[in-house]
Amino acid sequence: MFSTIMVPVDLAHADRLGKALDCAARLAKAEGAKIVYVGVSAAAPSSVARTPEDFAERLAAFAAEQGRATGIEASSHAVTSHDPATDLDPALLRAVEETGADLVVIASHIPNVADHIWPSNGGTIAARARTSVLVVRD
Amino acid sequence: MADTTSNQGIPEPEGASDVIQTEYEIGQDNIDGSVGPFGFDIHNPVFVISGLAIVAFVFYTLALPEQAGAVFSWLFASVTKGFDWFFLAAANIFVIFCLVLIVTPVGKVRLGGADARPDYSYIGWFAMLFAAGMGIGLMFFGVLEPVYHMAVSEPLGVPSPFTEDGQLIPENVEAAKKMGLAATIFHWGLHPWAIYAVVALALALFSFNKGLPLTIRSAFYPILGDRVWGWWGHVIDTLAVFATLFGLATSLGFGAQQANAGLNHVFGVPIGPTAQVLLITGITSIALISVLRGLDGGVKLLSEINMGIAALLLLFVLFVGPTLLIMTDFVNGLGAYLVDLIPLSNPVGREDTGFVQGWTSFYWAWWISWSPFVGMFIARVSRGRTVREFIICVLIIPSLVCVLWMAVFGGVAIDQVLSDPATSAVKAQVIDSYNPPLSLFAMLEGLPFSGITSVIGIVLVIVFFVTSSDSGSLVIDTITAGGKVDAPVPQRVFWCVFEGAVAIVLLLSAGGLQSLQSMVISTGLPFTIVLLLMCWAIWKGLRAEQA
Repeated sequence: MFSTIMVPVDLAHADRLGKALDCAARLAKAEGAKIVYVGVSAAAPSSVARTPEDFAERLAAFAAEQGRATGIEASSHAVTSHDPATDLDPALLRAVEETGADLVVIASHIPNVADHIWPSNGGTIAARARTSVLVVRD
Repeated sequence: MADTTSNQGIPEPEGASDVIQTEYEIGQDNIDGSVGPFGFDIHNPVFVISGLAIVAFVFYTLALPEQAGAVFSWLFASVTKGFDWFFLAAANIFVIFCLVLIVTPVGKVRLGGADARPDYSYIGWFAMLFAAGMGIGLMFFGVLEPVYHMAVSEPLGVPSPFTEDGQLIPENVEAAKKMGLAATIFHWGLHPWAIYAVVALALALFSFNKGLPLTIRSAFYPILGDRVWGWWGHVIDTLAVFATLFGLATSLGFGAQQANAGLNHVFGVPIGPTAQVLLITGITSIALISVLRGLDGGVKLLSEINMGIAALLLLFVLFVGPTLLIMTDFVNGLGAYLVDLIPLSNPVGREDTGFVQGWTSFYWAWWISWSPFVGMFIARVSRGRTVREFIICVLIIPSLVCVLWMAVFGGVAIDQVLSDPATSAVKAQVIDSYNPPLSLFAMLEGLPFSGITSVIGIVLVIVFFVTSSDSGSLVIDTITAGGKVDAPVPQRVFWCVFEGAVAIVLLLSAGGLQSLQSMVISTGLPFTIVLLLMCWAIWKGLRAEQA
């Protein structure tokens, strides 16, 4: 049913992603699909990496580790954005096209009052992506 | 499937650059969490100290307005008058330093590594650096300064073309006209842009090439080493937040006054706190939308719109005014600037102290106190340019645009003053009485369709403020988040609103704006030393990059 699963990851808070990562891995196993881990960073140094290529390397390492742990074919796709705090949604939506994913598995918080002002990324991706989206609550 | 990278607006993997090895991890001193549903990720203690200090200062100026006013004006006077030679000499060093960078081999170094490609097109880049760097000043001083320097301030002792009782002295006209333009161009040309270029280059280099956080303290790494992550750095960043916020708040207040004066001039809107508070609220609301839309969807878009409208107004004044005369003024003004550049920038033994201390020294202190904000913003959007390209585009091109702007607005105004002194509205508002907010509208009054162009003028003043306010909020947010450019958006909203609130409070207090402006300018003195050290740090950093 699905051949490529895209999983957006925030490397700064990878510890909070457990459920979504697990969910994506099980789905991939069941479907025989591969997983692409997508990360978005700014060009300026961040807590994760000091340069964009450093970020890409760390994301690739993360993907490799996930692949080893779950035995699934895993790769990574690093995206550099001018202003990740506001441009995350369009960046992820473009990444869906670029990776050719047919399913997105994305972690999201339980909606609260702030979501009326700043809709969650998971919610926006689900609303706008042309592929299927599975929003995993943490 | 292989690991891939996608550069949305930012191209392929960058070549190796000389990343500085430091134990410091960006965000290691940050506290993150949430207030109710809103997340935050702030630097401890920069966020807390600068926030509290700003509140304390506002309370001080409100509680003891006279004492605060006296303290700040004393500080201001002693800084601009006592250190005029220092400001002038330092600014000359910045210009020479930038020119040296253009011609020496280090000019080839690329910000972001050898294979980096520019984040923005020339137009978008240029629009943003211009809107953040000067924008509003051009509206406020474009008419005022050329006329004032021609007739009142007498730079380099060039005499006024008017006698005390307002009679024209024909033989003084030619020289005074040239000096009016040259002195104005001097204040808006190479020197201010060199000041911005130094700060911007330092930040871009240490952040994009050396991998240090995008915050002011990083430029001091070559000097202070790992100490920049401690109190030294906290003080530097806090000072930068301080100068930026108060600079923005005071400008927001003055901008509201100019827009109010314009609205009064055109529509008869009463001048007073109500209209100005409404204007600040309006400007802040638009800025808020802009920061929420982010760098590309908000700040860049508004800057481009702004540039477009400003260009239209410039072309209108150029073609409706005496075109040939203006073009001659442009060439003459530029020529006079180049000829008088050295005498005007001479820091010692000047006889025109009124001009040097009252204008030049004030301006240099002002540009320098704005430089952390403008420099950091320019740095953020300049990745992928070579040092040479960067300096040419941040130093030479904006200077030329300023020359053109001043020649057109100042040229038309001077022409109006000289051709019919008795009825000239500009003469009435600038020479006979000193009414800066009205000078632009007085000049437009002398041209056709002044009703429409004045409205455009008001809109431009407002939009220029929005672009300063939104880019300022981004900068303060990044500094107070320890250099993180992806901190939660509610923080930007906080700073944007805080800025507007401080401006309103100061506007409502008697003399609050003036005294804080004096204080901001006083921060120019320590920052001048900071900038001089930055030149050395840049040189060291670029040499390492090249090796």
